This record gives sequence, C-alpha cells and structure tokens, in this order.
Amino acid sequence: MAKDTDILESITNSEYKWGWETKIENESAPKGLSEDIVRFISAKKEEPEWLLEWRLKAYRQWLTMKEPKWPNVRYPKVDFQDIIYFSAPKKKATAKSLDEIDPELLDTFKRLGISLEEQKRLTGVAVDAVIDSVSVATTFKAKLGELGIIFMSFSEAVKEHPELVRKYLGTVVPANDNYYAALNSAVFSDGSFCYIPKGVRCPMELSTYFRINAANTGQFERTLIVADEGSYVSYLEGCTAPQRDENQLHAAVVEIYAAKSAEVKYSTVQNWYPGDKNGKGGIYNFVTKRGICAGDYAKISWTQVETGSAVTWKYPSCILKGDHSVGEFYSVAVTNNYQQADTGTKMIHIGKNTKSRIVSKGISAGRSQNSYRGLVQIMKRAEGARNFSQCDSLLMGDKCGAHTFPYIEVENPTAKVEHEATTSKIGEDQIFYCNQRGIDTEDAVALIVNGYAKEVLNQLPMEFAVEAQKLLALTLEGSVG
Amino acid sequence: MNQQTETFTQSIQNKLSAKEGTNKFLNELRKRGIQAFGTLGLPHPKHEEYRYTPIVKALEKEFSDGFAVALPTLSEAEAKSFFFSGLEANRLVFINGHFSPEASSIISPESEIRIRPLSEVSEDVIGKVAQPEKDAFVALNTAFSQEGAYIEIPAKAVVGLPVVLHFQSDSRGGITAAMPRNFISIGRHAQASVVEVYNSIGDNTSFLNVLTEVDVADGAQLDYFKVQTESDLALQVNTTEVQQAPNSRFSSTVLTLGGRIVRNNLNVAQNGSGCHTDMYGLYMLHGKQHVDNHTLMDHRQPNSTSNELYKGIMDDGSTGVFNGKIYVQQAAQKTNAFQSNKNILLTPNATIYTKPQLEIWADDVKCSHGATTGQLDEEQVFYLRSRGINEPAARALLLYAFAADIIEHINIEPLCQHFLALVNNKLETRFL
Repeated sequence: MAKDTDILESITNSEYKWGWETKIENESAPKGLSEDIVRFISAKKEEPEWLLEWRLKAYRQWLTMKEPKWPNVRYPKVDFQDIIYFSAPKKKATAKSLDEIDPELLDTFKRLGISLEEQKRLTGVAVDAVIDSVSVATTFKAKLGELGIIFMSFSEAVKEHPELVRKYLGTVVPANDNYYAALNSAVFSDGSFCYIPKGVRCPMELSTYFRINAANTGQFERTLIVADEGSYVSYLEGCTAPQRDENQLHAAVVEIYAAKSAEVKYSTVQNWYPGDKNGKGGIYNFVTKRGICAGDYAKISWTQVETGSAVTWKYPSCILKGDHSVGEFYSVAVTNNYQQADTGTKMIHIGKNTKSRIVSKGISAGRSQNSYRGLVQIMKRAEGARNFSQCDSLLMGDKCGAHTFPYIEVENPTAKVEHEATTSKIGEDQIFYCNQRGIDTEDAVALIVNGYAKEVLNQLPMEFAVEAQKLLALTLEGSVG
Repeated sequence: MNQQTETFTQSIQNKLSAKEGTNKFLNELRKRGIQAFGTLGLPHPKHEEYRYTPIVKALEKEFSDGFAVALPTLSEAEAKSFFFSGLEANRLVFINGHFSPEASSIISPESEIRIRPLSEVSEDVIGKVAQPEKDAFVALNTAFSQEGAYIEIPAKAVVGLPVVLHFQSDSRGGITAAMPRNFISIGRHAQASVVEVYNSIGDNTSFLNVLTEVDVADGAQLDYFKVQTESDLALQVNTTEVQQAPNSRFSSTVLTLGGRIVRNNLNVAQNGSGCHTDMYGLYMLHGKQHVDNHTLMDHRQPNSTSNELYKGIMDDGSTGVFNGKIYVQQAAQKTNAFQSNKNILLTPNATIYTKPQLEIWADDVKCSHGATTGQLDEEQVFYLRSRGINEPAARALLLYAFAADIIEHINIEPLCQHFLALVNNKLETRFL
C-alpha cells in the first residue's frame, strides 16, 4: 500500500515528466520528402540494393495513395514536406561496450528510468534503445546470442542477417498496406529486429525504448519479430517525447510472424507527449501493428496501455491463419484534455477452431474523444471459430466523448461471436464509499480506474504494470470535479 | 462514378426536370429534393452506410432506362386478399404508389383520425422531419413522391382501431417503381397504432422507395409496425424518420420476411426529456435474400430511455446486415440506452454483418450494446430429442422460440397472432 501512496504523491506535482529535451548534436537530413531523401536514408545506413528498391517502390506507391479520412479524429493536415525524415545522434558509435556511447545519451536513458548499463541485471530485461531515428544501444546481446536469439537494431540486422530480414520484411504488413505503412516503408530509419529460433523459450523480456528528441522530426521505426516453431517471446515497447508546441509525427510499423506453436506476447506502454492542457502540440501517433499466426497452434497477444499522443490511430491486429491459433487483444486507452484516440483491433479468423479475445477499456476525461474501432471477421473456412469481445468505456466529465464502432462479419455458421459493450461513469456511490473511508476524491478515482483497468493491466509484465498504473493516475490528474 | 451510374443518374435527372404538380408547397419541396439529389447522387458502393448492401448496383441493372411505372391491374379483390384476417382496422391501400379508394376504408370517426392524400396537404410540416440533404434515397423520394398517406391524430384522441397502410406492387405488366411518402402526426396525449404492410405480385422487378415521417407530440404514444412480405423479386428502401416531443413514447416493430434486397432506415430523434423508445426487429431470410437494417437512436435531451432488440435467422445464401447507432448528445444526461442484436446462421453460405455502434458525449449515462452470432445450441437440440421430439421439429421449435421473442410483446392480439402465423409459415415453407 505504501507503494501506491508513493505513486500518487509523485504524480501530483508533475504533468508530463518526460517533457525535457537532451542537447545532443544531431545529424539530420534536410526537411522534406523526395526520392532523394529515400536514397539518402538508404545510403546513410549502407543498405543493400534490394532494400533501397523496396523503399523506392513503397515511396512511389505512397505518392498514389490518399491520407485516410475515416478515423474519428480531427487534426490539421500534416505537411509531409515540413518534416525531417532522418535524424541521428551525431557521435553515433557502433559501440561494442557502453563506454563508447555519448554520456549525454546514457544520461538521457537514465532519466527515462532505463538502465543501459546492464546494472539492473536482476530485472532481466534486454533493451534496444532508439533515439530519434537510430538505435543507440542494445543490451544483453551476447547472452541472447548463446541461445541463438537475434535481437538487434534493424539496420544491424540488415547487415548481419539479410536473408532473414528479406524473407520476412513486409510479409505481414505489405509496403502498400495503407498510407502510413507505405510512408514508413519508404523512410523507416531504424527499429528492432528479433528472431527466436525453433523451440527456444526466450529467458528474458525483450524491450525497445523509443524516444523522439530532435525538433521537427518524424519518427518512423520498424519492428520485426519472428518467432520460429515452438518458440516463445515476450516483447515490450515504451515511448516518450519532449514537450513541444508543434505536432510531431510518429508512424511506425510492427510486424509479428508466429510459426507453428509459437507464442508472442507484445506489450506497449505508449506515452508520447500528449500536448498541453489546451491541446497545443503533441505527437500524432499513426501506427500499423499486425501479427500473423502463420502456423497451427500459434498465439499472438497484444497488450497496450495508451496514455499519450495528441492523436492516436492504431489497430494492433491478428491474422489467425493457422488452425487452432489464438489472438488476444487487451487495451486500456486513456484520453484527457484535447487528446483523441481511435484505436482497437482486427481479428481475422481464417483457420479452423481459431479463437480470439478482445478486452478494451476506454477512459475519457476533459475534452477528449476516445473511440474503439474493431473488426471481427470469420471467414468461410474458419470452422468452429470463437470470439469474445468486450469493450467498456468510462466517461469523466460531460465534455468528453466515447465512441464504439465494432464491425462483426461472420461467414461461417459454426462460429460463435459475442460482443459486449457498456458505457458509464464512475458511480457517485463508489466515490462516496471511498470518501467515507478517508480517501479523497482524486485518489478514489485513481483507485477505481485502476480496478476498472485491472483485467488489462494484469496482462502486463510486472515492472510494466507498475509503470502503467502510475501513468493512468497521472493522465487523469485534475480531471475530477 | 462509373458509366452505368452516370447514365442511371442522368435518366433520373431528366425525369425530375419534367415533374411539376399543381400543389405549390409540394413543388417547392420537390425542388429541394431535386437539388439535394443533384448534390448527393446515388451512394457509392464503398459509402460507409451502404458498403454491405448492393442496392444501387441492383437498381442500375434493373432500371437502366429510368424508373418505369407500370399501371396497376390489381383488382379490388386481389388487393383485399393481402388483408389480415380477423383484424378490424382502418385501411388505406396503395397499388404501385397509386391510392386505391375502392379497397380502402376508414372506420374510426373524424374526431379520432383525419386522413388526407398527400397531394392535398399544404402544411409545411412535411419535409421538416426528414431532411433530403442527408440521404440520397430521402432526396430521391422528396423529388419523386406523388402519393402517400397523411395521417393526423388530434390531441387527446385515442384511436381504438389500428391504421393499416397497404403498399402493393403489381409487376405483372412490367417492372415497376414507386416512391410513396407518408406523414404521421400524433397530437398531444393522443394514442394510435399504425401498421405498414408490403406485398408484391408479378414476375418482374418492383422497387419501392418509401419515406415515412413521424411526429409524436407531448405525451403522445405511437405503436408502429412494418411487415415486409414481398416476393423474391422486390427491391425496397424504406426510411422512417421519427421525432419525439417530451414525455412521448414510440415503439417500432419491423418484421422482414420477403424481398430480394431490403434496406430499412429507422432514425429516431428524442427532442425532449422523459421519452421512451422501443425498437424491435426480426429478419428471417432464405435463398439469396439480402436485408439491411440501419437504425439510429439519437438522445438529445436528459432523462430518456431507449431499448432496442433485433434478431435474425439466415438460411441458404442469404445475407443479413445490422447497423445500430446510439447517439447520446452532451445535453442528454441520465440517459439509459440498451441495444442488442442476435443472429443465427443456419448454413455455411449465409452471412451476417453486424455493427452495433455507440457514440456518447455525456458522462452520466448507462449504455450498453451487445451482438451475438452463432448457430442453434446443440445441447438444446439434444435435450428436445431425448424427450422424443425429432430433429427437424426440435430445430423448428427452437427457431420459433428465438423469433417469437420479438413478436410476443405486441398487445394488439389479432396482429400478434397474424405475425406469429407469418413466422410459422416462413419456418415451415422455407427453413424445414
């Protein structure tokens, strides 16, 4: 209990505590987007010819595509020529040991609470840290290497394991999948690559930390996770950005490939800068995340806690292709002030006896708009498919909105699909009960919200769960009364 | 827009410019409809509201030369053969959109009910509830409609007998299209029930684009029913726009058993507090039938409630679509809104697309929606079989129970019985 009070205390005096900026010398591409920029990025990263071709193809397709208008969010048009597409910390070392890394950088990550110094060996989390566009350090590489696990930055993987990257890149999210995926495919700068070989159970959590630092830049990272037959991995992702008045764009792509009997658990705590109280600034988070259960008995589980970003547009999805494969989606999306979130999932049932479960908890406060948009599709040959969806919304204050758009498409009679949704506010009697026990209203709200979101938070790995709880309380601070 | 759509729209436009009746008010409204249709055009197949229903494609194919109106040859006796037996009611019959005075009869006194043909109406209430600018089919109806029923229930009147509107399509003389437009106004504290019945005969395609505007005043109550039992050749777009004043009650029951492609739009706006709305629907489909129910419940004021339940059984290669929207506007605190959609798929080729949608801007509300899709519970079937009921009979019993759930709340006994008989008939002739 002492821990809880600490948490609440620490949050009452800060708004967005990751809003600082590090003074690191940057090496940037000029503003704007053109084929030359794509070539520039590719050349900078010393990429092979095939990858450059792949990028250029994506870029040409992007030019023919239109920005999607269907999400339930409103924001001024993004000027794609006003963005810097490549920015890297200048003293970038191909560091073998951490001593070679810019101390400013290390300090940055220390302030974020991420130890790159491998001191917290006990926490047992391997971290790949990505700042602006470039991966700066990956920890525990050697230990993972013993098991044959490949966990490194995307650009390293392109050099060291081109055959694997080439085989899986774009198989789950094709370059022309959607507007932002195409943009990402053209200009992605770095990201994480992870390969778990046959039958290996990854002994520690793998984690990527993203940070936007430089101004006017967009962050376009690409994560590719491949879990071979019978393997298991739990993967974490976290993100923050400095506080700025202008909006910054984050358009990432995450691809997960799960072979027969493989299991991938993907957890995110998304905490990009959400803009200030008046809705000024903040990150536009337009992300494509998709996993495919390619083999039988495979399982992919998405867990996300969304507290940041001015505008979020994100639908982690599962393609359940293998028979008996399982997809799960657990989400808590919190919006406050002028934040807008349009998030949800897609469960595409193709294989027989596939199962999916969706638990989505939306919390809106202030003047925010929070939408759940989900698709459950049961294809014709998906005999015995099963889906259960639950999406609940909690409203705090009468100026915010909660919206639910569940699409259910069933083409097989043996499928069982259930969908449930509720919308309500925190009961006055619940708050009264807490008040009466000496808990003030703000704390009571935090308590009730944590209870409400527990079903999802329980899915998070331990140390993430604590952070997520803190974040929930922080985001909702001041939304009562 | 592809070429076919273009020529189709063009043919409509040509037809529109020629129309000009004698009623000055209606002419003005018609102009508004023409203008709105000119701006909207027919919905694109990828239009969010029409993406699952290929009604425009079917219309383009069948009516490539524009809307032909075949002259009705339906005799009085034939028209009356569609009447519900045992139901004493006020009846208005429209055949291919033309009013048939011979088949129609009003029994209730003038003090309870006032009915006029649309062409004699001069009140500008028409067109106030349904905005042609919002939907292409509403615009098309506004531009084209010639006939329909204008029903007015004076304040405090309690109409003892239901009003039944029969819309019959006779396509024996060729393809036919009609665009009836109705207006139902229930005065303060008045009470009435209205039934719309749709039938068709003939071997050609018929198309109906119906628009009904309903205005329920303070404390009034309307029970509204729709029975769609057209043939497998019929196309229908049926829009009902309802506005409710404070403390009023509106209850709708839609029973769809026939028709090739049927699209129902039911939009209810609660403009006052203390309102209650019920929406019930049942669709039982066979063959290549395609039925699409779009409902919109718009809570605009505080302290109101709504309840919605739609159920469907899809057999053969049929397709069901359900889209239920609930809006709770910022002012509408203390709203309770519930919605549920349950579906049974009987064959591997049947499909259901369901989208229960909640949009909420107020915080002190209780709203929920649910959707389920599945098949008959094998354990229930087994239970009945273990009691000596053979399999088809057991399935029929379970399907009947599933369907009857929607109908049994109807408190006009002959109507309830008739609906149950229709359900039973469909079960026996099509599903077993």
